[in-house]
Amino acid sequence: MAGEKNIETTGLLGWIDARFPLTSTWKAHVSEYYAPKNFNFWYIFGSLAMLVLVIQIVTGIFLVMHYKPDAAKAFESVEYIMREVPGGWLIRYMHSTGASMFFIVVYLHMLRGLFYGSYRKPRELVWIFGVAIFLCLMAEAFFGYLLPWGQMSYWGAQVIVNLFAAIPLIGPDLAIWIRGDYVVSDATLNRFFALHVIAIPLVLIGLVVAHIVALHEVGSNNPDGIEIKAKKDKNGVPLDGVPFHPYYTVHDIFGVAMFLIVFAAIVFFAPEMGGYFLEYNNFIPADPLKTPAHIAPVWYFTPFYSMLRAITDDYTWVLAGLSVLGAIGLLLRSNLRGVWRIAVPVVLVVLAVLLRVLDAKFWGVVAMGGAVVLLFFLPWLDHCPVRSIRYRPGWHKVLYGIFIINFLILGYLGTQPPSPVFNIMAQAGTLIYLGFFLLMPYWSCRGTFKPVPERVTYKPH
Amino acid sequence: MKKLLGAIALMVGAVVAPATVAAAEAGIPLERAPKSVSDLAALQAGARVFVNQCLNCHSASAVRYSDLRQIGLTDEQIQNNLVFSGETVNDLMKIAMHPADAARWLGVAPPDLSLMARAKSVNAGPSGSDYIYTFLRSFYRDAGKLTGWDNLVFPSVGMPHVMWELQGPRELTKTEVHPVETAAGEATGDWERVVTKYDADGYSVVTRETVARPVQGAYANYDFTPLDVRKSQAYDNQVANLTAFLTWMSEPNQAERRRLGVWVLLYLGLFLVIAWRLNAVYWKDVK
Repeated sequence: MAGEKNIETTGLLGWIDARFPLTSTWKAHVSEYYAPKNFNFWYIFGSLAMLVLVIQIVTGIFLVMHYKPDAAKAFESVEYIMREVPGGWLIRYMHSTGASMFFIVVYLHMLRGLFYGSYRKPRELVWIFGVAIFLCLMAEAFFGYLLPWGQMSYWGAQVIVNLFAAIPLIGPDLAIWIRGDYVVSDATLNRFFALHVIAIPLVLIGLVVAHIVALHEVGSNNPDGIEIKAKKDKNGVPLDGVPFHPYYTVHDIFGVAMFLIVFAAIVFFAPEMGGYFLEYNNFIPADPLKTPAHIAPVWYFTPFYSMLRAITDDYTWVLAGLSVLGAIGLLLRSNLRGVWRIAVPVVLVVLAVLLRVLDAKFWGVVAMGGAVVLLFFLPWLDHCPVRSIRYRPGWHKVLYGIFIINFLILGYLGTQPPSPVFNIMAQAGTLIYLGFFLLMPYWSCRGTFKPVPERVTYKPH
Repeated sequence: MKKLLGAIALMVGAVVAPATVAAAEAGIPLERAPKSVSDLAALQAGARVFVNQCLNCHSASAVRYSDLRQIGLTDEQIQNNLVFSGETVNDLMKIAMHPADAARWLGVAPPDLSLMARAKSVNAGPSGSDYIYTFLRSFYRDAGKLTGWDNLVFPSVGMPHVMWELQGPRELTKTEVHPVETAAGEATGDWERVVTKYDADGYSVVTRETVARPVQGAYANYDFTPLDVRKSQAYDNQVANLTAFLTWMSEPNQAERRRLGVWVLLYLGLFLVIAWRLNAVYWKDVK
């Protein structure tokens, strides 16, 4: 019975609260959700990602009103939106800029998590939901990119769908099943449209809710990587916490203002962003008979695309050799217990054999997918006694620096046509990327760690 | 943390900057298109050239004749001066020729020009306007080609020099300095200078001489000599107008976009100040 609930509100709100947890939800997630007071600039990107999601959904709804998911009309209908729909150009540029800004914001959000150990116990699920959001975002961007039906849309989709053909046994049939045709065609466009506007957004919103609910269950991490819930006052309020509303709502409004200035500057003054946000080749309608000389994915996929291209037949020797070395290393000295002590090295040896048996193209696909899937395991790869980069040894910071530079270089290489020098750089970069994560159990617990303070470091404004 | 980020920014800059230069487009350098899309006189003159010279083989099917109101023309002016074959101002700039026929008659279907000025841009490089401006001024007579014409920007292009009468006759002197290779493609160690002179009728004379390796390595020079200088200059001006028009046509709202952008940024700047102060007011109590 409703009477069992203790309701403090009266009037209309009281009526609602007796039937729906409005006030309690507001309190739990906003007005009495205590966040650490020492958040810095890096903590703005979560809210901004949410803002961009809303921008994408709202502009997307208006685009769908005028867009035609039909291979014969799609390109035309986008130009119709750009020229004849009142305000259509603004809506379309907001959507195309939003796609790129979504990735910028999400990459920075993930980097923040990496710096301050926000994925560590008890926040593993927050991180896992987050990586799932990132995967969904990649799928959403990929499906959406086909819709303008330009040359890059078409050939980019062709290249990526063909990757699935590299999977042994089922590959070729799988690729046809995905396309719904032998080449990318009207059937492909229609299903990608359905996935882009309905399926993936639904999953995405569900995951965002899960991400936030999980976060609010365990509380936010902070730049010092210590638990504010460990020190509470007599009312049970964390001493170093401030209520999300109004403190972080006003904080976020300030961040939103800064973000919107950047966003508007791009939308109004450089919507193509030098050919990186809107690729110039995509202003030419898709032509199945004319392959562009250079097919490059949009910038946000290029680090992973580089890793895909890096896996050549010769290079699988290197990877196979490293797998065997890893197996020997683990067999001789490892902390793994019981069956794992034998099982993991055996798996590595089998992997080494398969690396040489199966086609290098398949391993390229595995590397590209694996580079993202690897992130799911980060909470268990990091054995560092401190969470935050602030209290790690100096050389850990250098490793993070190398990782970031390496990721940016991989991104740059992915935009360029292949060349022998670039290929070797991409291969080295792939090793650095994989090594950073796979060797983390080894390196993350070594070195001299600085003492972690009892309370958060905070300078009043 | 700030030091780390600074170091990263520096190192990335050091790696990426030279690579970008190295990746710059090969071929002849593109000249800057001289006229801006805010030059209404140029746009109107360019519209005239476009409708008279281009819009028969090429379409601009995303553009309506009535869009030309945005460059200061009235419906009457458009209808009387720029619409020729029974369309109204509300029609799209389509053409009667079917692409399949065009491919059969001309070898390749002339592309739609609605977006050409955007499509020909290069990432972080020259704009499509520069491409069009240089392309249309780089035709030369070459009797060896099927159409009798070739182009320095787009070698073996399918389109002949449609506007040759406007430009007048020109001669081209190509100077190429490169290492000598054997028939099998092996370097012999010698360098040569090859000068090819195309006369106004497209007949060429080639002279070769062995030279020392130049300091800057292999290079090429292309020198046009107009036989009718005034005509050639007038043509440059017309191409500049046409380029401005094609650039406008690729995104007719671009002036409106920038105009609106200034107001949006001014508003957001004001909003930023308010948000900043609001934030400070709340946070001054947090110790």
